[in-house]
Amino acid sequence: MTQGDMTGAKALWATLVGHGITTVFGYPGGAIMPVYDALTFYPEMRHILARHEQGAIHAAEGWAKATGEIGVCLATSGPGATNLVTGLADAMMDSVPLLAITGNVARHLMGTDAFQEADITGITLPITKHNYVVRDVEELPQVIAEAIRIARSGRPGPVLVDIPKDIQLAAYQGEIATPHARPEAPAPAPEALERARELLRSAKKPVIMVGGGALDAAAEVTALARAWDIPVITTLMGLGAFPSSDPLWLGMPGMHGSVAANRAISEADVLLGIGLRFDDRVTGRVNGFAPNAAIIHVELDAAEIGKIVRTHVPVRGDARVAARLLTEGAQNLDLPEWKAQIEEWKTRTQRPDHWGAAYGVQAVVERLGPDDILSSDVGQHQMLAAQLARFERPRRWLNSGGLGTMGFGFPAAIGAALAEPGVRSVVIAGDGGFQMTAQELATLKMYDIRNVKICIVNNSYLGMVRQWQEMFHGRRYSEVWLGDSNPDFLKLADAYDVPGYRASSAEELPAAIDAWLADPKSALLEIVVPHEHAVFPMVPAGAALSEMLEAEPPRTAQPVSQKEAKDA
Amino acid sequence: MTDPTPRDHLVSALVRDEPRVLTRITSLFGRRGYNIRSLSVGSTEHPGVSRMTFVVTGDRGVVEQAMRQLEKLHDVIRIIDHSLEKYVDRELVLVKVAITPESRVEVRQIAEDFRARIVDVGRHALTFEVTGDEGKITAFIEQMRPFGILETMRTGRVALTRGSNADIPAHVYHEGETQALKPAVEGIEPREEKARGVPNLF
Ligand SMILES: Cc1ncc(C[n+]2csc(CCOP(=O)(O)OP(=O)(O)O)c2C)c(N)n1
Ligand SMILES: [Mg+2]
Repeated sequence: MTQGDMTGAKALWATLVGHGITTVFGYPGGAIMPVYDALTFYPEMRHILARHEQGAIHAAEGWAKATGEIGVCLATSGPGATNLVTGLADAMMDSVPLLAITGNVARHLMGTDAFQEADITGITLPITKHNYVVRDVEELPQVIAEAIRIARSGRPGPVLVDIPKDIQLAAYQGEIATPHARPEAPAPAPEALERARELLRSAKKPVIMVGGGALDAAAEVTALARAWDIPVITTLMGLGAFPSSDPLWLGMPGMHGSVAANRAISEADVLLGIGLRFDDRVTGRVNGFAPNAAIIHVELDAAEIGKIVRTHVPVRGDARVAARLLTEGAQNLDLPEWKAQIEEWKTRTQRPDHWGAAYGVQAVVERLGPDDILSSDVGQHQMLAAQLARFERPRRWLNSGGLGTMGFGFPAAIGAALAEPGVRSVVIAGDGGFQMTAQELATLKMYDIRNVKICIVNNSYLGMVRQWQEMFHGRRYSEVWLGDSNPDFLKLADAYDVPGYRASSAEELPAAIDAWLADPKSALLEIVVPHEHAVFPMVPAGAALSEMLEAEPPRTAQPVSQKEAKDA
Repeated sequence: MTDPTPRDHLVSALVRDEPRVLTRITSLFGRRGYNIRSLSVGSTEHPGVSRMTFVVTGDRGVVEQAMRQLEKLHDVIRIIDHSLEKYVDRELVLVKVAITPESRVEVRQIAEDFRARIVDVGRHALTFEVTGDEGKITAFIEQMRPFGILETMRTGRVALTRGSNADIPAHVYHEGETQALKPAVEGIEPREEKARGVPNLF
């Protein structure tokens, strides 16, 4: 094969290059070998070989979440393709623009249970924004261009393109598709905007709540809040859409939200939601959510308006445009009593002052600058990071919000680190979740990636599950103890030439963090914390936000830990 | 406020005639727990475009949610909410009724009253074709039940907006204009036209 004779596989790469794609994450295999062969003719394309397709797709997600641009990943048919499933579901939930390309068996074998055949388009139908099987080489470039447009436009999401092997090999005569224009977002209706302004003008206890759909509207949302002088809550996905340093910022709402955010929602008379979907982890019991508030909901996806909460003023449109228009005609509401009340609530969130997971997370996030990227995995450490980290700009906080995917954090940090090589990409993970994608240490080594800083909060437990067992299952600890089987994380890192540091006390921590961050290479820091700790505040599942437990209730009896039970 | 009582709603969709489009739609209904009472699909005057009519049971909020979710599917070109305009709807049913020498005349008489056509005549059974709205079909089946229904097959309801509803106020239409007199499908190019020509080698 020479560069001269175009094939489906080459047309694929040419189309990706033509769309400005510089990096893809993947893993080869039989049914995608022609694509990997053709890759050798496109030196301008960087391929990152992960160690598991799940690692590849989470890295592509990390790339997309940090940059706002599409992430691309590749896998072979059958097991390669099914290993992408978790990442696709994750990207669907968090509206991540993603293109997943899978090889499949040749067309004449499809439907015959051929070796490594899986109906990946059938499997991923409910967890992709759209998917395709390419059935003719002549349409391959157009399908890729269309897939990229769909993934990026409107509310973004993952699109999968399945390419049978014979189509990858087939000669291609046509043109290479050029990028489609992004369709304009619908303009919000002027009447809706006017009704929203009227409501805001009449408000005595207003609050703005911003989600992941507003990340690219951070400047407009900030101007809006300041012009009206309305306090702002950012959801787990919206952290960074409003600067944490602004006195108007109240933190995160929901299950592990701040006292100020949850109390403000419960008391508010007008709630302006921008780019969010009122997830159940945010609302708590829905009929107890913002019980006194008229709700204005600015959202691009019409299906989200009125899906969960009753909306008084629906504003369908792009968050950026809507926020800008709502800033026009703003008046400073001047509500000293409401602000004073909020200031009082804010004082109820305390800084962690004794050794433990919160203390460790606090010490790490304090050291991050406004451009540093912070990823997290899923569990107690995630909620602590979300509570304690401060973000001045969007797209610096990467986490798996909707699907809550353990194993997301580390590969996502790798993806972000490759997208922004000049920036520190820090990941906070638990001892449990890190082991779900720990194999990607090899990716750090292979590409000599130097800007990933891994922090493992090691509590020897599947901590978040343990906390629920403690609170809601009578302290019957079931299958959550990892302490006897966790690896020596420093040795594990060392096996991949990744330097490791460890701190087990408040005294050791500052020096360990210094050394970890100062290390010129990517490095791992293990913070060894007490086994049993719980994340508070907490709204128990099924309770209203107003029923939040602000602090850990005093323990009535010493819990019997799974470890103790074993040792006894 | 929207009506909270569950009832049947008639919704049509124009969809690209792509592989799996029906699966996409039914999987969406199943996953989100919407209740489809009937679904009928057929091709349209446009190559590459199919039309479906669903009967969805639920309160108005559920049905609106279902329409919004459907609209997001890439293969859905347009959703037509029949509650917003005048429409005609029909359903066709084939009914095989057992007969005896004694009941034969009476069964034929009832069928005639319903303007049902006899499509098959046997010594022990007559098969009728009835077309009409849901009420008529249900009534026909109820009338025939005492004689013994051997088999039925219903097509599900199909609906079109009336061409004669220029009297409907414009604001009830989504875009504030009367859509009923414009072609339902304009300028859609089915992408996979070529692909369908590929011979199945299997
Ligand atoms: C893939 C996956 N499996 C299971 C869970 C359920 N789960 C949520 S948090 C958690 C515990 C995480 O433990 P660890 O990574 O050690 O973090 P910690 O909570 O201790 O900080 C589990 C098992 C999940 N979210 N994702
Ligand atoms: Mg743990």
